[in-house]
Amino acid sequence: MPASRTIDVDALARVEGEGALNLKIQGRKVTDAKLRIYEPPRFFEAFLRGRHFTEAPDITARICGICPIAYQMSAVHAMENACGVQVKGSLRDLRRLIYCGEWIESHALHIYMLHAPDFLGYDNVLQIARDNPQIVQRGLRLKKIGNALVSLLGGREIHPINVRVGGFYKVPTKDEIAPIVEELKWARKAAEETVRWVAGFKFPDFEQDYEYVALRHPDEYPFNEGRLVSSSGLDIAVNDYEDNFIEEHVAHSNALHGHMKNGGAYITGPMARFNLNFDKLSSSAQKAARQAGLKPTCRNPFKSIIARSVETLHACDEALRIIKQYTPPLEPAVQIHPHGGTGYGCTEAPRGILYHRYTIDDNGIILNAKIVPPTSQNQSGIEEDLKHFVEENIRLSTDKLTWQCEQLIRNYDPCISCATHYLKLKIERE
Amino acid sequence: MGSNDSRVLVIGVGNEIRGDDEVGLRVASGVRERLPHQCNSVEESGEGARLMELWKSSQVTILVDAVKSGAEHGHIHRYEAHNSPLPASMFHYSTHAFGVPQAIELARVMNQLPQRLIVYGIEGKCFDEGAAMSLVVERAVRKVVELITFEVSQHQPLTSTTHQ
Repeated sequence: MPASRTIDVDALARVEGEGALNLKIQGRKVTDAKLRIYEPPRFFEAFLRGRHFTEAPDITARICGICPIAYQMSAVHAMENACGVQVKGSLRDLRRLIYCGEWIESHALHIYMLHAPDFLGYDNVLQIARDNPQIVQRGLRLKKIGNALVSLLGGREIHPINVRVGGFYKVPTKDEIAPIVEELKWARKAAEETVRWVAGFKFPDFEQDYEYVALRHPDEYPFNEGRLVSSSGLDIAVNDYEDNFIEEHVAHSNALHGHMKNGGAYITGPMARFNLNFDKLSSSAQKAARQAGLKPTCRNPFKSIIARSVETLHACDEALRIIKQYTPPLEPAVQIHPHGGTGYGCTEAPRGILYHRYTIDDNGIILNAKIVPPTSQNQSGIEEDLKHFVEENIRLSTDKLTWQCEQLIRNYDPCISCATHYLKLKIERE
Repeated sequence: MGSNDSRVLVIGVGNEIRGDDEVGLRVASGVRERLPHQCNSVEESGEGARLMELWKSSQVTILVDAVKSGAEHGHIHRYEAHNSPLPASMFHYSTHAFGVPQAIELARVMNQLPQRLIVYGIEGKCFDEGAAMSLVVERAVRKVVELITFEVSQHQPLTSTTHQ
């Protein structure tokens, strides 16, 4: 192994958005690991000021084409919190149902199209399709079923327009929901096959002592509600988020970096949810995880693809459960009258916790807004992962090391578009 | 679009709040106004799996998207994507890791391309959030609506490669 090497990867593919990563290595030490996000800031929080509180779900849905439901859900919960309203019953169930759709489509995309090629030694999904088209077809159909659920409740697949503060503009009848049941039954079998498929991948031997953070609800695997808990015992209400977590500007990134207030990095997303909420998964999802050899607490980030697959199965089970007991609400939304105050919302986007905080006046005009997407929160953790992974694997060839660093970044399914746009990887050895 | 729909499918891809990225959407609605019955014209965000689903049952699909290749702003590129891959680097103004060029190539491998897939790319100038469409790109939109209207009415796609 030469004393100094430089590794440049001009563009890391198979991530949502654009950014760059620079690693500097001296001898056996990584002296610098920076995830650089250079897309200009998008100022959504500023756009929201002066807008009516009812506009927040539609405006924030535009932040991401992959997880618009997460933005809508965090926004409506925060606004309802500000107005002292809780949405219950079948409206609450429909919110969980549309979230199931988003998890299924987002997870299927990442598992099959973006992440699986790493484990199979392929450059991209086209090579999987050439050798095993039926596998890719399974992923595409799973994704389509997730999209269909989002479309059914959201009005359209991308940037849905049917979610509102208080509920929905229009809710489906039982007959309108019924046709998707058979598709979901197929999807849950496909999800079980997906868990078995990814469990057979070869995983790099790498573990870290992560601080995992996720929502936790007493009765259910978390989508929309719960307390924020962590693997070291944090247990707080959502409105205490900013007392415990901070975002800070760093010179090398246009996206804010999230930290615990004590200075440590933390990880949110499927592995955090799995580790902190295993007992709330559906029984078949728990069984599939055990059979795949995945149990809490798993600290190997490369196995996040198994956690993502287990969550896909859970989302299918949960969707079928909700549909089975569904009775349309009398009204599509609870009427909400604004009054001045601050509201907090935190829901589980496919990639992790998404925090919103809004202050509105008595007329419902937004005075200020704060949005913390999951990818911002995971950035510091990704940088620490890269530093430790490279130091533990310093003897790997340049090509192999670069490949696995890219794979490691994709463990977190970073949606840089939520915070930014395009990832280039550059490793320098001195 | 049902499997018995033999009309040309026109897919406009874009984002209406990102300046010239809106071109595909504007072209799709323009074609629909001109030919409300002769073709099936839809607006899409460019998510790959959705595109594959849309064109799976189509014999002839015409897709329109914004591109950035370094050509003159408003330049109109035309590709016969059923014959050869798109230059992927031109079609990156998307939030999707699995977008237009990836969907076309995956469909090619899986034998799920339409018999003819024509792709128009309009060279954008400004993709900023909240920006209005550039005037030069507005002109290109009108031109592409005319070109596609002609292609649909002929039902025999043109074969030239670029239009200025």
